[in-house]
Amino acid sequence: MTLDLEMEEIIKVFFEESFEGLDAMESGLLTLDATADRETINTIFRAAHSIKGGAGTFGFMEIAEFTHSVETLLDEMRNGQRAVSADAVQVLLQSVDVIREMTQSAQAKQPIVTVGADALSGELARILAQKGPIAAAPAAAGTAAAPPPVVAAGTAPPKPVPQAPINVALDSISGWRIEFVPDPTLFKTCNDPLRIFAELAGLGRLEVTAHVEQLPLLQALDPSHCYLSWSLVLHAAVEHSRIIEVFDWVETVSKISYEPVYVGPKPGESSAAGAGAVPVAPARPAPLAESAAAPVVTPAKAGSDAGSIRVATEKVDALINLVGELVITQSMLGRFAEKYDPEDLESLRRGLIQLARNTRELQESVMQIRMLPIGFSFNRFPRLVHDLSRKLGKKVELKLCGENTELDKTVLEKIGDPLVHLVRNALDHGMELPEKRLAAGKSETGTLELNAFHEGGSIIIEVKDDGAGLNKARILGKARERGLIEPDAQLTDDQIYNLIFVAGFSTADQVSDLSGRGVGMDVVRRNINDLGGTVQIFSSEGVGSTIRIRLPLTLAILEGQVLRVGKEIYVASLVSIIETVQPTREHLSSVAGRSELFKHRDSYLPIIRLHDLFDIEPDSRDISKGLLVVVESDGRRVSVLVDELLAQQQVVIKSLETNFKHVPGLAGATIHGDGTVALILDIPGLISNFLERQSGRIELAA
Amino acid sequence: MSMDIKPAGVAQAASGTEQYLSFLLGGEEYGVDIQKVQEIKGWDTVTRVPYSPPYVLGVINLRGSIVPVIDLRLRFGLEKVPHDATTVIIVVHVPGDRGERTVGMVVDAVADVYDVAGANILPPPEALGAVEKVFVRGLANQDGKMLILIDVDGLVISSVVGESQAAA
Repeated sequence: MTLDLEMEEIIKVFFEESFEGLDAMESGLLTLDATADRETINTIFRAAHSIKGGAGTFGFMEIAEFTHSVETLLDEMRNGQRAVSADAVQVLLQSVDVIREMTQSAQAKQPIVTVGADALSGELARILAQKGPIAAAPAAAGTAAAPPPVVAAGTAPPKPVPQAPINVALDSISGWRIEFVPDPTLFKTCNDPLRIFAELAGLGRLEVTAHVEQLPLLQALDPSHCYLSWSLVLHAAVEHSRIIEVFDWVETVSKISYEPVYVGPKPGESSAAGAGAVPVAPARPAPLAESAAAPVVTPAKAGSDAGSIRVATEKVDALINLVGELVITQSMLGRFAEKYDPEDLESLRRGLIQLARNTRELQESVMQIRMLPIGFSFNRFPRLVHDLSRKLGKKVELKLCGENTELDKTVLEKIGDPLVHLVRNALDHGMELPEKRLAAGKSETGTLELNAFHEGGSIIIEVKDDGAGLNKARILGKARERGLIEPDAQLTDDQIYNLIFVAGFSTADQVSDLSGRGVGMDVVRRNINDLGGTVQIFSSEGVGSTIRIRLPLTLAILEGQVLRVGKEIYVASLVSIIETVQPTREHLSSVAGRSELFKHRDSYLPIIRLHDLFDIEPDSRDISKGLLVVVESDGRRVSVLVDELLAQQQVVIKSLETNFKHVPGLAGATIHGDGTVALILDIPGLISNFLERQSGRIELAA
Repeated sequence: MSMDIKPAGVAQAASGTEQYLSFLLGGEEYGVDIQKVQEIKGWDTVTRVPYSPPYVLGVINLRGSIVPVIDLRLRFGLEKVPHDATTVIIVVHVPGDRGERTVGMVVDAVADVYDVAGANILPPPEALGAVEKVFVRGLANQDGKMLILIDVDGLVISSVVGESQAAA
């Protein structure tokens, strides 16, 4: 039972490390395009090797087998036996995706779908065959593209090439004869031959003969040295790959040879026995055909690993320090309870101030733990931009800035998809084709910049391209065509740009699979609004556009303004409040006797009566007796009628949905110092709901 | 004050019998599956939530969680009684969108804990109105009294989330 649990833990670590390894492979492969740097190839190879080893150990054979062929290709590149070609890199990148998919299935405890792997295995085999050590495999079409071999700088000592599986018909053999001659350093690499033998014995009856000839006299014996070698006979008709897996970890520090033991005479056409076998993907047993028939793509839910978080040790240390201080403060305060002397009042007060400081610092530190660098989200873009620009035939250089800017884990997870949308849009619509760029007098290669930085209590993320910019005339034309605006409406630039956030709006002439369906920008804005953020567009025709996202640093704490309406208390986010005014009658007017407007500086703002909206008995229904809070979201302003403004304070946001449900106009709840609950207003939601209901009645006064 | 009535290692009732916590509501005795009950607590300040039906009184702060409270009297269409220090809230767990949902139910008083044998549970009578039928799991005859066993999940989810979503 406990063993199972321990195993679960270990497997969890394997998955975590595999995904990290895959990310490392991906980023490595992306830099491999231009210059084949040996260290980079090594990094990629090592990641693949660990994934293969781990997968084999934990019985994810599909992953291990597929990764093995990837590793073979990488190994040849590493040893300088093969040039790094764009073709191979592309296949390797796809392989990373396939391994990731398979690993995700394994993590979700779902059957591993091998359709992608099967398809790519063929590709890998083709590339391997293009300049294999022995060109025994039928050379597939496309050999013309074979890259010229590159002589690796600084010849490395020839490493043993990982053993490729020998293909034999299982019914023709009775077992395997294995010669295992480990390097004397075997023990130092933490490998135990006994474990290997035990694992082999698990496959069938095993005969082990140890060769002790090398053993020195006892005086000369170094116990950390391995002097032994073994001859093994395994009486089990198993796939060669099964045995290779067992030796996986010692493969690089030993000489191992395998020979099938045939039933009856050795078949003459045994094409690929012994070393230097044809590097082909191992044949797959038939039963898997069933899973191939149902190529269900089952992406593991992104939320599956949302539960854990990796925290830098110094953050935890800081926390421990603070808790230490808190304990000291607590014991100091505890003294006063034992024997109270009025003269101690001053030190009691000091102690309480210290407690308040400790608490605040502790809170900040705990919040810090939830903060992760945005690099986690930016990491996917080099690959995305690489793939997309290739597909679109555009030349794009991606620049990432401020990857270390930290933001809350929840915000980080939810901002990923909107960013992908924006980057795709920038590449598809914004960036021009190389010829067009040259014709416009720009450099052939466009620049896409992702930039993150802190500003006040917010984090700003910018997606900036030096492409064509937004075409105002076309946006206006489309908007008129779809009846989104009046034919003769005069709009400011900002209003025109904001049209692209309207659902169903797209100016793409052609609907591509990237963008142009008009779903997207409205979703982007909604997602960002859900996070309490806003989007702004800056654009200049022919020069490029910048999309600026402003997000709160955290979703857990809010700088709040406490409001009172009648007997009820609400909290509004201070960020969305422009100002609060005591209205005078001359600033109030109404349209059609129904919609109320408030003249704020040069514009008329609709008035939301919070007491009507939430059905509260207010102090007074007379607007001039209350206060109007001017709030803004996405450039839209309204004024909200309340009875009184109370304190401004930081409040901890609690979910209303966990135990209850989403309530329109509310963003959550918080707990006051006295233990009662106050509800938090969802200002963007309030504004859009209100304006949507009103839009039938009045034209929005801009 | 609250009292935890689900100590570790509740003696599993003999097979075929289930334990029910009973409470009073307008002179009738109702039973709720004790496994669903987290705790019983006294009256607390409830914050009204806009757009809620009258029987959803609002939300309370239960040790840092925001927990909705429903008034079973109002839910069952009984006469409203003022809430005071003697009002009792039974806090139950029901399945939610994300794991469990914690909800408080205001009742007149908590009465007893019964072992009810499955064989003693009768299906709800045909004569019940449509509203009651949804919440009544069955009737049990316990020591000569009738105990109305309620379906907490159905009752609470329909009250808190709304009828349409509860049916889905």
